[in-house]
Parts: sequence; structure tokens; C-alpha cells
Amino acid sequence: MAHFTKATSVKDWLNQRLAVEKIEKVMASEYWIPKNINFLWAMGMILAITFALLLVSGIFLLMYYNPDVNLAFDSVNYTIMREVDFGWLWRHVHGVAASVVFLVIYIHMFTGIYYGSYKKGREMIWLSGMLLFVTFSAEAFSGYMLPWGQMSYWAGMVITNIFSLGGLHMDGLVEWIRGDYVPAQAFLTRFFMLHVFLLPLAIMGLIGLHFAALRIPHVNNQDGEEIDFDAEAKKYLDGDKAGSKVMRFANDFMSKDMMVVGIYLIFFFYLVFYNYGFAMDPVNFDPANGLKTPTHIYPEWYFLWSYEILRPFSINIGLMAFGFAQVIFMLLPWLDRSPNAVPASRRGKFKIWFWLLLVDMIVLTAMGKLPPQGIFSTIGLVAALGFIALWIALPFITMNEKKV
Amino acid sequence: MHNSSRRGFMGKAFGAVAGVGAVGSLVAMKKTWDPLPSVKAAGFTTLDMSIYPEGKLITEKWRGKPIFILRKTKEMIDSQTESQATRDIVVAGIHYMIAIGLCTHLGCIPAYIPAEKEFHCACHGGQFDWSGQVTKTPPPRGLDIPPFKIEGNKMILGEVGPEFQAMKDSGVTL
Repeated sequence: MAHFTKATSVKDWLNQRLAVEKIEKVMASEYWIPKNINFLWAMGMILAITFALLLVSGIFLLMYYNPDVNLAFDSVNYTIMREVDFGWLWRHVHGVAASVVFLVIYIHMFTGIYYGSYKKGREMIWLSGMLLFVTFSAEAFSGYMLPWGQMSYWAGMVITNIFSLGGLHMDGLVEWIRGDYVPAQAFLTRFFMLHVFLLPLAIMGLIGLHFAALRIPHVNNQDGEEIDFDAEAKKYLDGDKAGSKVMRFANDFMSKDMMVVGIYLIFFFYLVFYNYGFAMDPVNFDPANGLKTPTHIYPEWYFLWSYEILRPFSINIGLMAFGFAQVIFMLLPWLDRSPNAVPASRRGKFKIWFWLLLVDMIVLTAMGKLPPQGIFSTIGLVAALGFIALWIALPFITMNEKKV
Repeated sequence: MHNSSRRGFMGKAFGAVAGVGAVGSLVAMKKTWDPLPSVKAAGFTTLDMSIYPEGKLITEKWRGKPIFILRKTKEMIDSQTESQATRDIVVAGIHYMIAIGLCTHLGCIPAYIPAEKEFHCACHGGQFDWSGQVTKTPPPRGLDIPPFKIEGNKMILGEVGPEFQAMKDSGVTL
């Protein structure tokens, strides 16, 4: 049996039983972060904070929300918004955070792409991050069903229909997912379960994996420099703090991180209090009606780019393009054939590729919002083809990249 | 060696028990998500076909889905092309266009534009003519026709009658 001695302090008591000092070192004070980073390295912490905001606001919404097709709409729009004191706050925090979290996810992703933070041992960070993107998407979609407004219903109809897989006509699968011929009670209750339990659980597990994947390769830095973390940590602990290329996660790095988080939170709560409208589609303030499609339906802004890849083609080709867009980002570490893990600015053609991809996705997003007519259809089609072409070209343009 | 083979056996025995249990629970989980008997039982709708006005689109509801019913005008019947005529449904001597009012692309309800005698889908831009045939992609096929059975001047949606079966067999609808 392990040997325990009479504790000299509460800390010592805990230390003997839980090794709290060791944990603190591993997790914080001796978790080494490169010094050569910028504010874009704070996006992970911003995402963690935003997830916490979603969790807390969600817990309070859950106390009054009613997952019944006859009551859901009023439980949100009447009970929570008008009767519950500060109910509006939880709803607006939840709605704004659900939208903003995707903006930060995209910034986080493109930061990773720009600095090559998905290569040389960082593949698992990228993969777990993309899995988080997928689960966050499912979480956003299932949450969008809950107010049971017109957009909830018709988004539910359209998205579940994707599972019939076009020419394969798997209507039985669609009815199985819905538990009915159309989205109805069974559909609402099961998406409620997914939204408040199973998906958040999966997200929390994946966040753990994402952090763990970071542990061995460590955080990348602004120049893609390969740092010997053991040597630099030793230098730091021996007293040469200025000469060392690394710093402690807490409190050194955290102090900078939380500064960015503070600025972000001011922006976030400005949106919550004064500009929440963008996260609340007016069409969804009409109760769900299975006999009337809104005149123009579109997904939330963060799904528009992939929606626009689906839209311009006939159904089977559209679904294939859509499926391509969903999985291709996962394969990035293997499609990029270059050995260089440095910022895009130093990688020649890859730099052009990066900016083209970013611009293309912004164009797709803009076209996805517009009605599918005339010149917008054409621009959308070109941008969709451009997206596919860019990804197919990636291995070829990176294959011959010079080693820097 | 003796021990390890005993452990090997125990491992395999546990694997067998767990495998049976896993398959069993998957079956239960799959079945739990199936549409309930009450949902399936409510899947039939009887319509009196004699009440519909000529040339005007009426929307009925069956299995939560909109059903388009258009009693065709004389010009429509006279001008029907061969493929439009295959979708024609005749009840007690009157010609109708009857279809599930959901775009065959991803299920939005196309709006009927009386002036153009066409259906336009706002979601992804698909279009159908007055007989329910697709005229502009992305929808892969014309509007689906719900299973129906004709009894006198009544129509039962959800039951398969000989007229529907013939349409299904000839590939007019799914």
C-alpha cells in the first residue's frame, strides 16, 4: 500500500492523495508555449470561453424550454422571452454565441492553414479540430430545430432529405431519421436529445482529445521554427527567462491570452445587448407550418459556403460536391505534399492557393445567401467549381515546393 | 502457457457475449427510432374529388406533406403532350394533376404561378410545369405522385390502387 504521512497543510493533504502539484506543473506552469506567437494564438481560448457561455446559457434555457411541437415555439418566444426574468439574456447569449463561435472556428482553422500547423506531428490536432467542426455543425443544426419556427421546420426537412442520397432514393432512411414522414414530434424530441446531451458530450470528449493532441508536438509558432522544448524549458528553469524561446502556459501565456479574451468579450456582449438581430432570423418567428415553405430559405451564414457548393448542380452531382466539401479539409495534412511547415507567406504558390481558397469561400458564402437566379447562379457555380479545383490542385502545387 | 490459453478462452467467451449483446442493442436502438405505429396508422387520407374547381391549385395534407390537386382545364387536357399525359389521373371522368407538393430535390414546397402555369421552387431554383414534370434542375425528376386508390369519386391517399401501380411500374413516379 502507498505510504501516507500526517499532512502538514491542506495542500500537502491533497498532494499526497491527488498529486495536485504535479498536475499543476504538467497542465500549467511547466506546459511550455513558444514566445514567438501573435493574437491569433488566442483563438483556442476564445473558443473554450464561448463554449462555456453556450453551456451556461443553454442550462438556463433548458429549464423552461418545452420539446413538444405544440409548445416549443411559445416556450421560447413567450415563456423565455417575456415571462422569465433575464430569459432574453440567455437566449441572446446562446444565439449570438452559436453564430460567433463559427466565426472564431473559421479564424482558428485558417490560422492553422496559414502557419502550416497541421504538419510534422500536428496531424492529430488538425483531425480532432475538424471533428470538432463537424460536431459543432451538428450541434448548431440540432439547436436550430428547437424553437420550431418556419426556418427550423424547413431546414429540418431539407437537411434530412440529403440522407436520401439523391438517386439512391433512400427514403426509408430519411423517415427513420425523422421517425415520421415529415419532421414532427419524434423528430423534435430526438434532435432535442442530441442537442442537449449526446452532441455536447461528444464535443467535450473531442475538446479533451484536441488538447491532448497538442501536448506532444506543442503549439506551432509564427515562423514555423522547430523548437527543442526540453532544452528551452531547461534554459527557462535555470533562470535565463529572456534567452529562452518558451514561456509558461500559466500565468505567462494565459495573461496575454486572457487580454485577447477580454477584448473579445467586450465585442461579444456588445452584440448580445445591441446587435443580436443577425443571429435571430425573422422567418423563424413564424411557427412551423408543413404546408407553407418560406419564399426564400437559406441556412445560417456559417453553412452558406457548403450550401452553395450543393446548390448549382443537379442533385447527384450536387451531393457529391457537397460530400467532397465536407471531408476534404480533413485530408489537408496529406494533400499538402510540401515538407515546409512555415507561414504561407514564405511558401510561394501555396500562398496564392491560401488566399484564393479564402476568397472563394467568402464568395460562396455571399452567393449562398442570394436567390439562385441569373448572374448569382453563375458566380456561385464558378466559385463551387473553383473550390473543387483548388483542392485537386493542392497536391500538385505543393509537390515541387522548394525546401525553405 | 496453461494460464494464457485459459485467459484466451475467457477473452473469446466475453467477446461472444458482448457481441450478441451489441447486436441486440443495435437492433433495439434502430427499432426505437422507427416511425411509431400511431404515425403509420394516421397515414391515410380520403378525398372527395368532386369538389375541386377547374384550373385552380388546391393543397391538401397527407402524412404531414402538402398534396397538390389541380383539376385540369379543357385547354390543358387538349394540349397535353404524350409525357404530360402519362401523369394524368382520371377520377369519374375528370382529369387531375395530383402530386406530393414537395420539390424532388430537397423537399421545399414549390409555389404555383397561375400566370405561367408553372411551379417555382424558391429554395434551389427548380421548376415544374402544370402537369408536374420538371422543367429546370436541380430536381432530378417530376413531382412524386402519392400512392392512391380510386373508389367512385373518392380517392384514398396512402393505399396502392391499380392506376397507381401502373404508374409506378412504368416509371412515371417512384
